[in-house]
Amino acid sequence: MKAKAILAAAILAAAVVPASAQEQVVRIATEGSYAPWSFSGPNGTIQGFEIDLANDLCARMQVKCEIVPQSWDGLIPSLQAGKYDAIMAAMSVTPQRLEVIAFSAPYAAGINSFAVVADGPLSTLPGTGETYSLGTQEAQAKARLGEIGPLLKGKVVGVQGSTTASAFMETYLKGIAEVREYKTTEEHNFDLMNGRLDAVVANATVLAAALEKPDMQGAKLAGPIFSDGVFGVIGVGLRKDDAALKTKFDEAIKAAVADGTVKRFSEKWFKVDVSPRT
Amino acid sequence: MLDLTFLGETFVTLIGGIPLTLQLTALSVVSGGVLAFVLALMRSSRNPFLDVPARFYIFAFRGTPLLVQIFIIYYGLSQFPALRQSVLWPFLREAYWCAAIALALNTAAYSAEVIRGGLNAVPAGQIEAARSFGMTRALAFRRIIMPLALRQMLPAYSNEIILMVKATALASTITLMEITGIAAKLISQSYRPVEVFVCAGAIYLALNFVIARIFSKLQYALTPEKREAPATASGNRIEEARHV
Repeated sequence: MKAKAILAAAILAAAVVPASAQEQVVRIATEGSYAPWSFSGPNGTIQGFEIDLANDLCARMQVKCEIVPQSWDGLIPSLQAGKYDAIMAAMSVTPQRLEVIAFSAPYAAGINSFAVVADGPLSTLPGTGETYSLGTQEAQAKARLGEIGPLLKGKVVGVQGSTTASAFMETYLKGIAEVREYKTTEEHNFDLMNGRLDAVVANATVLAAALEKPDMQGAKLAGPIFSDGVFGVIGVGLRKDDAALKTKFDEAIKAAVADGTVKRFSEKWFKVDVSPRT
Repeated sequence: MLDLTFLGETFVTLIGGIPLTLQLTALSVVSGGVLAFVLALMRSSRNPFLDVPARFYIFAFRGTPLLVQIFIIYYGLSQFPALRQSVLWPFLREAYWCAAIALALNTAAYSAEVIRGGLNAVPAGQIEAARSFGMTRALAFRRIIMPLALRQMLPAYSNEIILMVKATALASTITLMEITGIAAKLISQSYRPVEVFVCAGAIYLALNFVIARIFSKLQYALTPEKREAPATASGNRIEEARHV
């Protein structure tokens, strides 16, 4: 009996050991057009904050990672269809998304702002330079938005479709400005510069990076920076049934936040620290 | 598993996009049709100054993807400050007009070839007969050539219109909320692409079914000689006799 048990254990071990020794491949999808989070560099390879972080996390999890670019609209459907195993695409954790996918521990906080044309009518939005948390300072934020609202009346505001920026307009400025949805932030920035839009709302880090480019000369950030609330925190999107991978990512992210790796990458790419505040 | 309430709600929301889809189709088919007619006449001309530009136009618009044409008109043209200051800007500023223009220019190229095909297929004998009756070229064109050409090009042209209904889906890429634009928004809110796209597909199918029916009725009305002769009593008897 005992011999049998030992034999069984040996067989089990034999079956398990080679499997774990073989490196697991985790396919991570990113957007690839959301600088400086993830974007195509001059030589065509994908780079950015999330790429550095993904490589760091994979090293911590001791898995092999493949990073694939995927259009924003298709990220969640393709994750569910099993085309890849994780999403790292500056995706905020929202209740709606939590209904369909799981998220790891947050690796960044979402901060959003307005960008406007510097010589346009909206160039002096109140609250420029201030930061409000829509979670803990919602009253103050709403007071500021109460001043911004009348200025946006009859104006056209661009957002990237199905992002927290569109949720923000829907929640706080619904029915005031005409909101147009774009496929990418690059497209709405373009329409801001050619005069089709009066303002855009997007992640402040992305806007700040875009404003440094020559074709966005003459545009600037305006109004306060908003965080938390509808913008939430950013985590790795995972399939709900993939608990093992979630545990791995959670541990790796917590370690990377704790030892300052996230802060280091953040300052490298954004000049500001977006690491989640706990 | 199949959520009927969700399907129903989706369907009702998507129906809101039908007017814009039909507007874009109608606008582009009508204005593109006029342009196509001019292009077809230029293509049929023996004058190289008319023929060559039309050839080049058709080559350029058939040879490039419609999506690229939409992007060039919407994002490309707006790059030129001169254009933004011009009288055209109030039109080109609007995604609606950019989409309509791109669709019209595109369908004009395809339709021109359809019309030219229709014109070429008119039998030479018919034209000669008309001329020998003393009809001027213009009169012969109006009374003989054009009606025959119209009838012959109908099946190919109905194809083109159905393609245009589907092509309006590309307008969603420049922020227009037609059926596909609304579908994309619904998917981003619900993360249920299969249900939403099935509904959107069903609506396009229904629209194109109606269009196909209209054209087949039109075809029937325009080709009386191809209908079966009404069966007479004696005719029937002969048929029956043959079967025996």
